[in-house]
Amino acid sequence: MKRHLLSTRLWHWINAFSVIVLFMSGLNISNAHRYLYWGQWGFAPEQAWLAVPKFPGWMTIPGHYSLADARDWHVFMVWPFALGLLFMWASMLLSRHFWRDLRTSPKEWRATAIWHDVVQHLQLNFDHEGSKYNFLQKLAYGAVLGVLLPGMVITGLAISPGFEPAAPWLVDSLGGRQSARSIHFLFAWGTCGFFIIHIVLVLISGPIRQIRDMITGGRL
Amino acid sequence: MKRRAFVSGVGALLVSACSKVADTKAGASLLSAADGWHKKAQRALSGRTALAREYEKSDISPFFRGNGSLSVDSDAYRAQADKGFAGWRLNVSGLVKRPLSLELDDIRALPQRSQITRHDCVEGWSAIGEWTGPQMSSILEKSGLLPEAQFILFLCADTLDGARYYESIDLDDAMHPQTIIAHSLNGQPLPVINGAPLRMRIERQLGYKQAKYLTGIEAVASLDSIAGGKGGYWEDRAGYQWYAGI
Repeated sequence: MKRHLLSTRLWHWINAFSVIVLFMSGLNISNAHRYLYWGQWGFAPEQAWLAVPKFPGWMTIPGHYSLADARDWHVFMVWPFALGLLFMWASMLLSRHFWRDLRTSPKEWRATAIWHDVVQHLQLNFDHEGSKYNFLQKLAYGAVLGVLLPGMVITGLAISPGFEPAAPWLVDSLGGRQSARSIHFLFAWGTCGFFIIHIVLVLISGPIRQIRDMITGGRL
Repeated sequence: MKRRAFVSGVGALLVSACSKVADTKAGASLLSAADGWHKKAQRALSGRTALAREYEKSDISPFFRGNGSLSVDSDAYRAQADKGFAGWRLNVSGLVKRPLSLELDDIRALPQRSQITRHDCVEGWSAIGEWTGPQMSSILEKSGLLPEAQFILFLCADTLDGARYYESIDLDDAMHPQTIIAHSLNGQPLPVINGAPLRMRIERQLGYKQAKYLTGIEAVASLDSIAGGKGGYWEDRAGYQWYAGI
């Protein structure tokens, strides 16, 4: 049996590319108005809860300030990103990957068990008998697949004035359009945080094997 | 420091790869094709006539920010402003059966619609205000659209960086119940920064579609031969998407 299903591998790389382009073009869009607000409206620094730093050219797509080009990239890449996520959830549920490997059991939520996992992680011991992923991995993948990535799609839709007539309740349930924009920004950095930890853990747990397996499928 | 240099190197590589893609003809046309998908997807989801959210009076923001042109830099405009825009005209022209030239009093005499809506700027900020004016559909019905008409063009008095501001929408948006020619903001005549004496409200699209200092509306069959050919000032100048629903 393969370590990673074909659907997982396909999605992984499409998603990685989409998320990177979305994040970097998003930073260019952020440079257009560097203030975040709560509620329905907000347009001036004195209403802002956060003044966002200006992101340098090497972090943004394109590499110079262009709101028009950044928006073109952003709203184009959202299609493979959102449809890919939908495909991944459908295939995870159908292949039982979610129920078998990613779901946590009440036993795993006990403090002693969590502590054991944290210690193992800090000792860089990534062997875990029995299940495919340990608790911290399940938690991280669950948070990314279940909260951060779908959250990006939902808050992104809520910011769009042409989408709002289809589901005004969505904007309200997020606390208003400017709140949705703030959450969009926070979730983007949350996703970036996962990305950094993910890369570091791949690098210290045998990067050649990890990357090869995510391409060829590897073996269990 | 080394790691930071590496990360910024990878970042710069991706940035330059993306600009290479965007510079190719196929890349650019793919990116701009997405513009059409968004319009189709959004219209399919909500329907062509779905209404933008309307708010309560208590939701109105304490100030309505002006952006882009904040006035019209001409003696003629200043003279008009001094007279309360008594001589301002809105010309209805192009592919219509009966061209019109309306004064502000004519516009105020039409059936009025008031709506408290949220204005979303392409940059990211939002403000809420109450707009009042006649529906564009009532003016278009008065002048009678010819069957060839596909788009409504907005002609404006203001210039930005030496070019005249203009915008355009399709007939779905032109006939939409919330598409109004506003002469009032929060019960007062439009302030100069918000486009006095007349501006467009197209509530399902971003701020740059909401043309200010409106002097005319023109029905056209195509946008290709008008100014830069992309249907609006920012579309021509900076490459903003013509469909601004996202």
